Amino acid sequence: MSEYVVELRNITKRFPGVVALKNMSIGILPGEIHGLIGENGAGKSTLIKVLTGVHKPEEGDIFVEGKKVAFHNPVQSREAGIACVYQELNIVKQLSVTDNIFMGRTIGKGVLLDYDRMHRQAAEALESLGHPEIDVRMEAGKLGVGQQQMVEIAKAISIDAKLIIMDEPTSSLGKDEIEQLMEAIKRLKSKGVAILFVSHKLDEIFEICDRCTVMRDGEHILTKDTSELTEDDLINAMVGRTLDNLYPKEFGAKGDVWLEVRSLNIAGVLRDVSFKAHAGQITGFAGLVGAGRTETMRAIFGADRLDGGEIYIKGEKVDFKSPKHAIKNRIAFLTEDRKGQGLILSEDVRTNLVLASMKEFSRGPFLNKMRIEETGRDNVTSLRIKTPSLSEVTAQLSGGNQQKVVIGKWVNTDADIFIFDEPTRGIDVGAKIEVYRIMNELVGAGKCVIMVSSELPEILAMSDRVVVMRGGKVMATIDRDSEHFNSESIMKAAWGGRLE
Amino acid sequence: MKKKSKAKELVQKLTVLIALVILFAIFAIIVPDKFLRISNQMNILKQVSINCLIASGMLVCLITAGIDLSVGSNSVLAACLIGVLVQKFGITNPVVLALAGIGISTLAGFINGTLLTRLDLPHPFVSTLGMKNVLLGIALVITGSKTIGFTNKGVDSLMWFGKYTIGNFDGRGAGFPVSFLLVLIVFALFHIFLTRTALGRQIYCVGGNPEASRLSGIPSKRVLTFVYSLSGFMCGLAGVLLVGRLASANANAGISYDTDAIAACIIGGASFTGGKGTIWGTMIGALLMGVIRNGLNLMSASNDIQYIIIGLVIILAVAIDVLRNKMEAQARKSAAV
Repeated sequence: MSEYVVELRNITKRFPGVVALKNMSIGILPGEIHGLIGENGAGKSTLIKVLTGVHKPEEGDIFVEGKKVAFHNPVQSREAGIACVYQELNIVKQLSVTDNIFMGRTIGKGVLLDYDRMHRQAAEALESLGHPEIDVRMEAGKLGVGQQQMVEIAKAISIDAKLIIMDEPTSSLGKDEIEQLMEAIKRLKSKGVAILFVSHKLDEIFEICDRCTVMRDGEHILTKDTSELTEDDLINAMVGRTLDNLYPKEFGAKGDVWLEVRSLNIAGVLRDVSFKAHAGQITGFAGLVGAGRTETMRAIFGADRLDGGEIYIKGEKVDFKSPKHAIKNRIAFLTEDRKGQGLILSEDVRTNLVLASMKEFSRGPFLNKMRIEETGRDNVTSLRIKTPSLSEVTAQLSGGNQQKVVIGKWVNTDADIFIFDEPTRGIDVGAKIEVYRIMNELVGAGKCVIMVSSELPEILAMSDRVVVMRGGKVMATIDRDSEHFNSESIMKAAWGGRLE
Repeated sequence: MKKKSKAKELVQKLTVLIALVILFAIFAIIVPDKFLRISNQMNILKQVSINCLIASGMLVCLITAGIDLSVGSNSVLAACLIGVLVQKFGITNPVVLALAGIGISTLAGFINGTLLTRLDLPHPFVSTLGMKNVLLGIALVITGSKTIGFTNKGVDSLMWFGKYTIGNFDGRGAGFPVSFLLVLIVFALFHIFLTRTALGRQIYCVGGNPEASRLSGIPSKRVLTFVYSLSGFMCGLAGVLLVGRLASANANAGISYDTDAIAACIIGGASFTGGKGTIWGTMIGALLMGVIRNGLNLMSASNDIQYIIIGLVIILAVAIDVLRNKMEAQARKSAAV
């Protein structure tokens, strides 16, 4: 019989077009703190969702205390003793702490609620976490983030969870709160509760975890005692893949600095972000999700307000009040969220292609249909957009072709600086290569391209220079001819390490 | 429009058209002599004119995924202002009166749009609901809650728009109503505006995805302010028609105008989720409502029964809208993978 409190054995989970988990196995011992790490998209979220009954795997088995179980919904997982504290807390701010802890399984006395008992049990749970100071009658929304998280953990304790999953629990906490959380986790451990600790922070893994599992591309790479591991071991295990010729990089002629950013600040988001991007080059932006890369680009584009800092376009200081203003100054911004921020899904290919340059395609108030038609046909040919016609509603196109429509929209603005945020996310390999080809052409034509990407191989293959961000700060700027232009160094910087 | 969606759109337009034809046939069978009479047909066109104008403004609001609940009060306010100008100030110049009515309504619409965009309201429901009451209150205040008659006040030329007809089809004075002629002209302009101009297309884009529109340099807030001003303008035009149509200004005349306009748009293919709807569909929707009202009147159905039936038609139309959205979402999902 298995010694694990919860075990996943040979789990495979497929989504249309991708295998999110491949033959994945992981076992968590009673009372252990088990770290789980991996790059963005390695499959950690899917693994959590399988454990919590949100996703049902196609293959493989789940065991709880040696007994085989199947979760058809989150309630069954919770009843089996698995609780999860998500990064985004599930607190109802208007309700009291007690109401939150007992949500969905209140204790009654006849037809009435037995608040005396619920308050008492809630207070006990919080006390066992070392937080007797939290008033259970208080509105949960009035607590700080760290205390709200304690309420969530107390909720897990009060259902007698055997395993508590913590997804990036420290990401929104301050230093003191993190210490308190670590303290609470140790208390849980001493009571025999197992913790699956998912984190992007290696130092936390080493500080608190007994064992650690590394995932990559949906597969299990290694599980070892943390005492036997070094930071480099973990990074190599996370990165360890080989580059092939998926990346048709072509070099342009390096030109002047077209975009310079000095000390951008947004309270709580960006801190003193500075960098330069040259014409004729691709400047890559590497980092983990939440490192502040998208926020930097949105601020440059005038989509969000800045608290401080200066932006120079071709040496001239600018201050864009809106995206419209930025577009006028020949900046293009391909957003990471194609469907939410890039396309009008209910409109046709033709309209989406001229969305950002309607003025140029108008004579007075009227649209110049002939020119729109011509340009649309040119775009379809040159960008190889596969669509039955220009009148196709963009919702009907595949992800790759949708992305090419968005790229076409920006090419039509005749911009000089192209910011591509995760340009190949969620599109197939063939379409990816074509997106790289388009970037090559832009660079070849002397344009300045900025590429934010969470895929390291892509960053390494396509960038002439890489800016690495973490926690809203620039950690390193690495040129292609530098000794640090490799995945290990970039990962190290992205995870908060220092490059010599 | 692409082939598949064009076919779908055609079918959808046809369903409403078919429904209109069926209703027409039903009334033609039940009350043949009264309903089919040319004078009655012209009367229907006259009756739907005001709803058509208000619905055209409502349509642009719905396309942006918004709504304008103040249209009834707004058009009544225009008529009341004209009444007050005639009665208390003795103004009879039709141009001045028309401009005053249209002006006040456009201003009210502009306030609607400004409230929505400056206060960053999540939805115009609340702001236009508030304005509906404010405008009604103003109309009651300026008229002293009394009805103002326009007959024999020297404003016949202004009443011409809402009252008179052109031609004489049956030898007994049944002509084509001027008001519906105005509707046809306005709708043709709307059609060109919505399909051929940059601003018209931007209205659809803002309705389909406001954030993507903003990030593509479309000034979403300005577009929205324009949309509500346009809706106000159309209310003003409807108010001018009201002068001739009712021959009086009464602050309480507009109770059902809001819902009638919304119903016409939704029946005609617009959606509460925005990004959709055509001006001709809206006209068919308005005609459908007009035919139901007219037919029930001729059958001497009492007011209460009419309310029930119109209510059911609105519910049916919304149910169809929901079903349509679900089917489209399904199609989108299967295509997105």
